[in-house]
Amino acid sequence: MYTQALNKKSPKAAAKDELGPEGIKFQKKIDADLKIEPYDFMPAAYRKTLQRQISQHAHSEIVGALPEGNWVTRAPTLKRKAALLAKIQDESGHALYLYSAAETLGMSREEHTDQLLYGTAKYSSIFNYPALTWGDMGTIGWLVDGAAIMNQIPLCRCSYGPYARAMVRVCKEESFHQRQGYDIVNILCNGSKAQFEMAQESLNRFWWPALMMFGPSDGEDLSGDKSNIWKIKRFSNDVLRQRFVNATVPQAHFLGLEIPDAVLKFNEETGNWDFGEMNWSEFFDVIKGNGKCNKERMSVRVQAYEDGAWVREATNVWAKKQADLETPQAAE
Amino acid sequence: MKQIITPIWEVFLRSKNGLDHKHAGSLHASDAEQALQNARDVYTRRNEGISIWVVESKHITASQPDDEGSFFEPGEKIYRHPTFYHVPEGVKNL
Repeated sequence: MYTQALNKKSPKAAAKDELGPEGIKFQKKIDADLKIEPYDFMPAAYRKTLQRQISQHAHSEIVGALPEGNWVTRAPTLKRKAALLAKIQDESGHALYLYSAAETLGMSREEHTDQLLYGTAKYSSIFNYPALTWGDMGTIGWLVDGAAIMNQIPLCRCSYGPYARAMVRVCKEESFHQRQGYDIVNILCNGSKAQFEMAQESLNRFWWPALMMFGPSDGEDLSGDKSNIWKIKRFSNDVLRQRFVNATVPQAHFLGLEIPDAVLKFNEETGNWDFGEMNWSEFFDVIKGNGKCNKERMSVRVQAYEDGAWVREATNVWAKKQADLETPQAAE
Repeated sequence: MKQIITPIWEVFLRSKNGLDHKHAGSLHASDAEQALQNARDVYTRRNEGISIWVVESKHITASQPDDEGSFFEPGEKIYRHPTFYHVPEGVKNL
């Protein structure tokens, strides 16, 4: 579902391996818009940046399915249940594509899982907010997946081949997520007064956390930013956030919903919707682990992983047994 | 004289920088190195590729035609597609 820019800027200092002949060739390839593949030379910092970003993205897909998982049994109709299940399957699939891309950089799936469950790996802050009402299923699809799409489309052109190709697949599948979310909100807004209020209340809770999904403010100019020089990051957090606001505000107004921002105003000069200040201390607090659901999300994941340990063990033992049967001499 | 069977290999080509490898065909070769060289000779004579993967065919596990029902039915789940959801006229960027 989403990768979050947790850092304002990536390191600027060029490491030794970027300045050698291999490093210069590497940058020339990137400047020519060519893709870097797993067995190509890459500077250690490039590898590390991607490893962190792709794995955080994968973790976010996994954790992102949890708030929705809670609503499968409570979805109001069979249609909504089927859509929710399909979306959750997609998110899990997206995690798989992304982990696979991350693994091409040299770290095993087991290590990645370990970092999420028992280490300090991060995932998108948005999933540490609870999904309290059915309205949240609409708002999450509409805003959270909408923000994700805004961020992910430029990633389809990322310089690292496996990541770029995974993102093409993800974006293609993601397109229904946002629509089904908006569809839910649309129905609520055209329903009873209570239903409309449910949609508005949900928007009130998710609007600011959704804007913060784009990460801390980093201005508009990315020049000098390593991620930008490496063509991993094409647009600044602020540019993407503004695009999201511009796209989303009219969608909310169309439904008669009010954006919970007293200073929100259309700027005739720039053609942008100017919006208020975000609560960054809340953002960093959630990232640090103090959001409403951080502990709950991780404990559910850890439990699922540990409950499944015997299955992984059994399938490996079974596979070995079958292999031994096929080559009897090995079994002796 | 004992017949020596030369293994069969499947060939995958990356046609252009940035694209993924696609299956191109198969060939015989006694080892991986020879398979790569043969693949270059057979499958990339007209700039069809910039990168080649070869994998011995016996390592490929394929679904069987009989599996079709249990694997792929019901084929189309329309609710997995964006067109299944109504977007009111006038709403943009969805």
